[in-house]
Amino acid sequence: MTDVRDYLREWAMPHVLCPGCAHGIVLRAFLEAVEQLQIDQDKLAMVAGIGCSSRLVGYVDFCTLHGTHGRAPAFATGLKLARPELKVVVVTGDGDGLAIGGNHLIHAARRNIDITVLLLNNSIYGMTGGQAAPTTPEGAVASTTPAGNTEPAFDACKLMIGAGASFVARVLAATPIEMTKVMADGMSHHGFSFIEVISDCPEYYGRYNKVGGGAEMLTWMARRDAGVADLLASKSFVNHVPSSATPPGLATGVLQRDMRPVFSGIRGVAGDES
Amino acid sequence: MSEAALVQGNEACARGAIAAGCRFYGGYPITPSSEIAEHMVRMLPEVGGVFVQMEDEIASLASVIGASLAGSKAMTASSGPGFTLMQEHLGFAAMAEVPCVVVDVMRGGPSTGLPTSPSQGDVMQARWGTHGDHPAIVLAPSSVGEVFDLTVRAFNLAERFRTPVIVIYDEIIGHTRESVTLPESVEIVDRVRPNGDADTFWPKVAPPDGVPPLPAFGDGYRFHVTGLAHDERGFPTTDADLAGALLTRLHRKVEVHVDDIVVVEDFMMDDADVAIFAYGIVARSAREAVLRARDRGVKAGLIRPVTLWPFPHRQVAVAAKHLDTMIVAEMNLGQLIGEVERAAAGDAEIIGHLRADGEPITPTDLLAVLTSSEGGRS
Repeated sequence: MTDVRDYLREWAMPHVLCPGCAHGIVLRAFLEAVEQLQIDQDKLAMVAGIGCSSRLVGYVDFCTLHGTHGRAPAFATGLKLARPELKVVVVTGDGDGLAIGGNHLIHAARRNIDITVLLLNNSIYGMTGGQAAPTTPEGAVASTTPAGNTEPAFDACKLMIGAGASFVARVLAATPIEMTKVMADGMSHHGFSFIEVISDCPEYYGRYNKVGGGAEMLTWMARRDAGVADLLASKSFVNHVPSSATPPGLATGVLQRDMRPVFSGIRGVAGDES
Repeated sequence: MSEAALVQGNEACARGAIAAGCRFYGGYPITPSSEIAEHMVRMLPEVGGVFVQMEDEIASLASVIGASLAGSKAMTASSGPGFTLMQEHLGFAAMAEVPCVVVDVMRGGPSTGLPTSPSQGDVMQARWGTHGDHPAIVLAPSSVGEVFDLTVRAFNLAERFRTPVIVIYDEIIGHTRESVTLPESVEIVDRVRPNGDADTFWPKVAPPDGVPPLPAFGDGYRFHVTGLAHDERGFPTTDADLAGALLTRLHRKVEVHVDDIVVVEDFMMDDADVAIFAYGIVARSAREAVLRARDRGVKAGLIRPVTLWPFPHRQVAVAAKHLDTMIVAEMNLGQLIGEVERAAAGDAEIIGHLRADGEPITPTDLLAVLTSSEGGRS
């Protein structure tokens, strides 16, 4: 059995993540899934954009492409089409994937290209210092919404289902065993798989909105379990008084599973020789 | 393909790409370049390649970079508005040293401009469109046959120097059909791949020529690729010495090979007093104007840069020493003329013949300039 540390570039440590950031837990859960599936280390390509979550690919001992802001699905598309035997996993964030990269994400889903996208949603732009993201809850404070955010937030999973993603799931950074299970499920899916991971940003989101540090945010996330994303997208989270009413919609787990033709580009019969 | 055939410029580009070994095309439709994609989608499947129409030009070049890192020779093509969107990834490809070819079939700008009219308005964008300091290799064909040749050469230079190479021509070259005899086979250069121990492989350690070997993803070399400043291990760094060394090497690998890269064609320059500096379709008009001027006793010549970037400073400087006047004719309001003035350094009078209204510069236009400059001089 492989130790997941064998998948790390320990020489590249220490990493850039802040204390309390759950992205490291997410990475650990992902590497457990890679280990479970026994994916060939030489045949796994990870592609990322720009942001805190995207920096994860620097620390893993696979073929890693740290591209440009929001464009990871487009880089991954070329990579996968040119070399179909590669397992291609995109790591993106909520700003990277849903704002600047929204166009690339929806078209990768529409094509049903056989890649996996992990979108780490921490409800804010972390790397640039806590600006509002398309996932920042209404009313939440960010450095660019000092009086509270007035825009509604994106539901990434609904967006992906609408765009035709054939596998869509949402998991919580607070439930690592479930994370690994869903990630392994998604990576085994033949077609486009999208997994939104609700992560945290204690340094900016937590501090600005006075909802505690990493431990508090994860504990709270774990207690709410299903529906936490809905709470993330409501003022109750900001006020730190979770509503007692059952949050509508936004569940965790596998939300969509569909088998449909997988996109492999326009190629000839001999196309697989690449 | 040994027999002469009537071929469109954009088709010649696609044929050149296939001949050079291109096996991936990712693109987005735009006039006047779309025929390149339409030919590639038919030809690529026949040679085991793959075609994808992406969601925009940003994604097109991203897909090309991804495919190149997977080991394929890859290209995209566009025109001004799309070429602008590609600047982000031209910078990435330069920084990460990913071989690829980008074709820009120029139309009138700025913005949506004149979609079906020729222009040479992108020649500075091709050099400086992306941010930061970076080398640029830009080739400018002036005939259908040369589109084929220079597309092949673009792939070879991209592979040789691990850098994006741009082929730039105007709408007239792109849409003109000419009788050409395309070669049956061409010389092909492939990127150098590493052959050492994968466990100790560092992706940005360069041999003396400045070009590190590049493995494909999936070949057993696990490495990191980033657009951030990075060290020889390919890992991000903010160390001034390491960041400076990287940028110096990126420039040096092109600069030290400038004589291999730069091609300038002289026409009737041996005894010329006045010369036109022109590229692309304008050089065709200029050639005709030179012949007509010679008939009238004007000692006219033509300097045609086939390589726009790196700019042929040395060749222009040498020519200027022997000329009274150099007429820079371009379909823009003055882009390469600045480089010509810099290179000539006062050794010849520089006159611009510039137009950016979507109409070509004709031999008659240039003959008038040649004869009036000759008349003004004597």
